Amino acid sequence: MQKVLEKVAITGAEAVAYAMKQIEPDVVAAYPITPQTPIVEYFAKYVADGVVKTEMIPVESEHSAMSALVGAAAAGARAMTATSANGLALMHEIVYIAASYRLPIVMPVVNRALSGPLNIHCDHSDAMAERDSGWIQLFAESNQEAYDLTILAVKLAEHEAVRLPVMVNLDGFILSHGVEPVELYPDELVKKFVGEPKPYYPLLDTDHPVTWGPIDLYDYYFEHKRQQAEAMENVKKVFPEIAKEFEETFGKRYNFVEEYRLDDADHVMIALGSTNSTIKYVVDELREEGYKVGALKIWMFRPFPKETLQRLLNGRKTVVVLDRALSFGAEAPLYEAVKSALYEVAARPLLGSYVYGLGGRDVKPEHIRKAFEDAIRGNLIADEQRYLGLRE
Amino acid sequence: MPVNIKQLAQEFEKKEIGITQGHRLCPGCGAPITVKFVLMIAKHLGYEPIVGLATGCLEVSTTVFPYTAWSVPYIHNAFENVAATMSGVETAYRALKAKGRIPEGKRYAFIAFAGDGGTYDIGLQALSGMLERGHKVLYVLYDNEGYMNTGNQRSGATPPGSDTTTAPVGKKLPGKIQLKKNIVEIVAAHENVYAATAALSEPLDFFAKVEKALNFEGPSFLAVFSPCVRFWRVNDDQTVEISKLAVETKYWPLYEVERGVYRVTRKPRQFRPVEEFVKAQGRFRRLLERPDAKEIVQELQEYVDRRWERLLALEEATKDKPIR
Repeated sequence: MQKVLEKVAITGAEAVAYAMKQIEPDVVAAYPITPQTPIVEYFAKYVADGVVKTEMIPVESEHSAMSALVGAAAAGARAMTATSANGLALMHEIVYIAASYRLPIVMPVVNRALSGPLNIHCDHSDAMAERDSGWIQLFAESNQEAYDLTILAVKLAEHEAVRLPVMVNLDGFILSHGVEPVELYPDELVKKFVGEPKPYYPLLDTDHPVTWGPIDLYDYYFEHKRQQAEAMENVKKVFPEIAKEFEETFGKRYNFVEEYRLDDADHVMIALGSTNSTIKYVVDELREEGYKVGALKIWMFRPFPKETLQRLLNGRKTVVVLDRALSFGAEAPLYEAVKSALYEVAARPLLGSYVYGLGGRDVKPEHIRKAFEDAIRGNLIADEQRYLGLRE
Repeated sequence: MPVNIKQLAQEFEKKEIGITQGHRLCPGCGAPITVKFVLMIAKHLGYEPIVGLATGCLEVSTTVFPYTAWSVPYIHNAFENVAATMSGVETAYRALKAKGRIPEGKRYAFIAFAGDGGTYDIGLQALSGMLERGHKVLYVLYDNEGYMNTGNQRSGATPPGSDTTTAPVGKKLPGKIQLKKNIVEIVAAHENVYAATAALSEPLDFFAKVEKALNFEGPSFLAVFSPCVRFWRVNDDQTVEISKLAVETKYWPLYEVERGVYRVTRKPRQFRPVEEFVKAQGRFRRLLERPDAKEIVQELQEYVDRRWERLLALEEATKDKPIR
């Protein structure tokens, strides 16, 4: 069978909704929020037209969306939702519970700045607020990746050594509403790849009743958290296997990170999401000018691929980390993670921290170039948080 | 067919009810009696119960890991979301049934249990969503009129004058000032629902309502007056007695609303003054020591009288006029 059915120009939202159509989960519970709304709209149309057999729950809030999915997944159903920003923050309590109950829910998150003040545009403050929730967090650079990672996430989440929920992050408006060419795969291939869900202790099995969500005090809670940490660690073993199977099935290669012109690079820039396209453009420009620069894109932010970063960054002259979120009173989240990973390498690079694009502020090639130039000139001061595209 | 108590007792001599002994609820607590009544009727009617719990006394006292008092499938998610959680369970059932992934011939009963905090207050939105979307779930409220799990804090269900730790009877304030929220009216205001009140002192009325609720084609809601012996400051053998008083003083009228049609299911020939209900419970003791106690009790009497008259009027007005 051919791997690619057709190449179409679609938005990231439609690409994600199309992946959901092909996955055809048993239950989708969702509440609309800008810029996630078109995902729910496209999917509701699939349901209304009878294209999918999914039961959709048009919940009255994101809190109830995640609550209903916890119920549905515990009952034995494959369950999905999608959200953004304040919606994700509203469901936070149950986001944590979903991971703790080891429910393999997949949730595209269309990244948007958290209020306040109210802002509907892209940044990563919503995803970063959930980084310790126990969810696997993947980040897409393009609409193709948003489509691919949504499909891949189902298999990763449901792997028996993992059994953890996954967020597939895509940048609000930039990807969700931006049109790009996307190669879509045949339904049969996607269905075969994700397979049938294998429910664990489903509530609907009344012959084998189980108690989900008991009260778990100081005599057991700690051990359960330890098991959860281990499941997260298992992702590092399982993900490459699933990525390999994905490549064999669909011809697209995924890994913890993507290396771009990294081999001999002295100066490396690290970022999440769509900004990597701009970074690659600037890397090409600077390479033409003779500078040894490269980019390292983080596909998987949780679990954080520390060992991969150590291997790839040991001995580089500089590493510049771009964050689309703040951690008030501490280092920016991605920078902090990279810095922590590099503590153990033999030859630590000089580090630079750059915050950019908050609330949807456009990031332009000249901003990226400025950060690279700082690195090339050795004009970096570790832990000095700098800002790109900010009026000061 | 109305349930025969003797037959029911015989049936469950040999059969598990679904909640077993060994839980850690207080002796005399109304919640486990409520659960037993509901599960017995569900099983008696041939349903396989799947239960969901909101955080609260019933939940924490019956599932202390690694033990569980439940022999039916059970899920607890959080405090405010049992209605949403059970919406998900019920929807999963419909989805998997359509795809042929669950065994044929099973009749499930999806039953949510929640206290008044998880229903009147923090869980109200999720409850409204579940009702509006029409999930076939029986939502059972065990109303003990306060946040008793955390030590007697005021809720939207606490009656005026009751002494709680967050609305204590003080030198200036007479405890809670506001009346109890009318949760049955709120539920009944949704389309195509069955909503009813029940009391542990009226088991036959209780059983009939559970049966009606489970067989109702749509969401159903049962508000059970559920004494908390600990914080109502009554003896642990007074649960049924206090329930009886609540009904006979019009404090807890027994009625049902089916698609907008009201029916008062118990009409005592003689009523007792609400003062008897108040005086029987330690939670009103400090109120009764105040000089304004008489007025406050009198106001409550006028309120329950008027509410009763209104209920009878609604029964008359809605007779044979279902909304759909």
